[in-house]
Amino acid sequence: MTEASAPAGGGMGGMSVNATALVGSGGGWRQQLVGTAIAVVLGLVVGALLILLSSALSEEGFDPRLPFTAYGALLEGSLGSIRGIGNTLNATTPLILTGLSVAFAFRAGLFNIGAGGQFYVGAFVAAVVGAWIGLPFPLLLLLALFMGFIGGGAWGFIPGALKAWRGAHEVVVTIMLNSIAALGLNLLASTWFKDPAASFPRTPDVHPEAVLPILVEGTKMHAGIIVALIAAVVVWFVLFKSTLGFEIRTTGANPNAARYAGIRPAFITVLTMSIAGGLAGLAGAVEILGITKNYPAEYNSTYGFDGIAVALLGRVHPFGVVGAALLFGILRSGAGAMQRATNIPIDIIFIVQGSIILFVAAEPFLRKSFRSRRRKTPHAAAPAGSAA
Amino acid sequence: MSAVTAAVPKGRVRISRGWAITLGVTLGLLALLVVLGYGPAIVDLVEWFIEFLLTRPYIILGFAVPIAYGALCGLMNERSGVVNVGIEGMILSSAFTGFLVAAYLHPVIGDVPAALVGVLVAVLTSMLLSALHAWLSITVMADQIISGTVINIIAIGATAYFNQLLISTSDVTGAPTMQGLGLPEGLADVPIIGPLLNAVFGQGPIQTSLIFAVIFMQFMLFRSRWGLRTRAVGEHPKAADTVGINVIRTRYRNVILGGAFAGLAGAYLTLESVGSFQDQMTAGVGFIALAALIFGRYTPFGALGAALLFGGARTLGQAVQIDAPPGQIGEWIASWPAQIFGMFPYILTIVVLAGVVGKAIPPAADGIPYDKEAN
Repeated sequence: MTEASAPAGGGMGGMSVNATALVGSGGGWRQQLVGTAIAVVLGLVVGALLILLSSALSEEGFDPRLPFTAYGALLEGSLGSIRGIGNTLNATTPLILTGLSVAFAFRAGLFNIGAGGQFYVGAFVAAVVGAWIGLPFPLLLLLALFMGFIGGGAWGFIPGALKAWRGAHEVVVTIMLNSIAALGLNLLASTWFKDPAASFPRTPDVHPEAVLPILVEGTKMHAGIIVALIAAVVVWFVLFKSTLGFEIRTTGANPNAARYAGIRPAFITVLTMSIAGGLAGLAGAVEILGITKNYPAEYNSTYGFDGIAVALLGRVHPFGVVGAALLFGILRSGAGAMQRATNIPIDIIFIVQGSIILFVAAEPFLRKSFRSRRRKTPHAAAPAGSAA
Repeated sequence: MSAVTAAVPKGRVRISRGWAITLGVTLGLLALLVVLGYGPAIVDLVEWFIEFLLTRPYIILGFAVPIAYGALCGLMNERSGVVNVGIEGMILSSAFTGFLVAAYLHPVIGDVPAALVGVLVAVLTSMLLSALHAWLSITVMADQIISGTVINIIAIGATAYFNQLLISTSDVTGAPTMQGLGLPEGLADVPIIGPLLNAVFGQGPIQTSLIFAVIFMQFMLFRSRWGLRTRAVGEHPKAADTVGINVIRTRYRNVILGGAFAGLAGAYLTLESVGSFQDQMTAGVGFIALAALIFGRYTPFGALGAALLFGGARTLGQAVQIDAPPGQIGEWIASWPAQIFGMFPYILTIVVLAGVVGKAIPPAADGIPYDKEAN
């Protein structure tokens, strides 16, 4: 039994992610919800301050109402029409799946920073299956989705196996694998899998039988959201209602205790990273089969990376992930409308997103220091009334 | 102090079985090729490769500069026990702020002072982000990967946001780039030594200073009191604390100072190499820096070596397309797409991480926040 206790072949020493530390050890879900809401509000405040700054810099003069105008346009764009809601749900779909991927790994004490690479691999495999294989409608779609899951799973298997059997840290390995996936698939999509008729290097369009059907007439809303919601329920069931989920969570909480309980941490590590990779791969497959229809060589998507933010904001819980993905989906799909209405660059949503995660990460500490300060106040030697 | 000294590995290179096997297999293959009559072709290839190395050292070092400076930033973090995956974001942010300041100032105060102020601002930007990373990692005890990820996300968003607000939509065109003093007349033409001297001393100041920064850091890390304390804090903070080293202060200082190196990497990109800024222009150099640090076994010399290897691979990728190596093998290599050379650093790092060839052992306390009250 040398697997998990094998000498570190690299990566960062004794570090492992503790899911309970991430979701905040104290407090029930109510307290977490409040903490999360505060983090979201603070993130939006950071965005508002930047909007005010851009207003001060612009030639039209300073407009203190600009943040409200901008956020209003954002909401109007993402939720103000059936069409907008369709786009919002389309943006939410891959976010749910990559968020589930990161959250699933977190529960086993693993940091899947490689959802980006797994997303690309799943997308590419689905694009190739959908374009090269001929099958009737639901079969080809299901096969392409399934193969996307397998492709991403294979890309997640590598860091899992290297961690379990060689002691290599999954964070460093997945960072490297992200770049390898982007470059390697760029190569494949511009050489052997290139569409000869296309004006820029990309794979051929998938067959119509592989395309996710549109759910609501007059919108672009495709059936991917159903796939994502089913995945969320399945992940919830596996994590919290199955023996495997118990083993995964025990391994995440305390690998040594897990080993004493007869759980093999090495096996759990490999399996968890493979499933996490599969979920990210499924996200890529859904994005290809629902939106782009082919894999461009220069494909650039931040969905994999956003999965980390979604998982953290969703407190590493499948249903929390769905909520967090919806929030980021709203930001993402409304950003274009905001830019058209107010000239504020869409990149501001990344700042808001990053700030929200910053506040989520710092929340336990802020809560603690806020509380201890409040407790000290009555005993403080300072003159009464000056405490603020 | 002797107990602490013993606990800290020196980072010496050991020849492992993996290396021996690799070397043996390579030599065996070469012998086989010679026996099969490919001897002259191999000699031609080696000649081409030596020619390549002798004519392009300044390009190789140029690619290595941001990688090696980024790796030095990582070194300062990891050696004192803080994981930093936010190097990419730090380099990107400082590349932007340095460029922004220099671009706006150069019509007012002239090219050279503007570039210098730009470098200073770049360094300060990265140190500020490092201070945020230090606070989140050390005081808040947040997950350090998350802290680094937050820095990366915010850096991508903030640079693109302000790039559009302050540069793309304004009449600012470009920033001045820093030039080196150049070599004395004729020195660059001296065979072998000339191109090497030109690579180090004939280019811009950040490129020139890299070699000295690396030597300085190697000396400091393994031969100074600061280095001993830093390594102690990274390996066994409890023991370091027991002998009176302030773990928290050491970590804060090193993480923030390390940011200066990432700042120089960023300043190199915009103020010495190209003189303009594009969104996400770092294109993963911060992650390659992390790879170089691991590949170089967490030592400055090793990191520079890895950076030169990675820079060399990239230069080679460009060179074979312009001037194909001789012979059939040469043509075959020239037909490799650029992406293969791009993947090279990452694949090599995974090979090292997997322990197939050599080993990279990180500091024992890397990534674990120090809690004085915990056991």
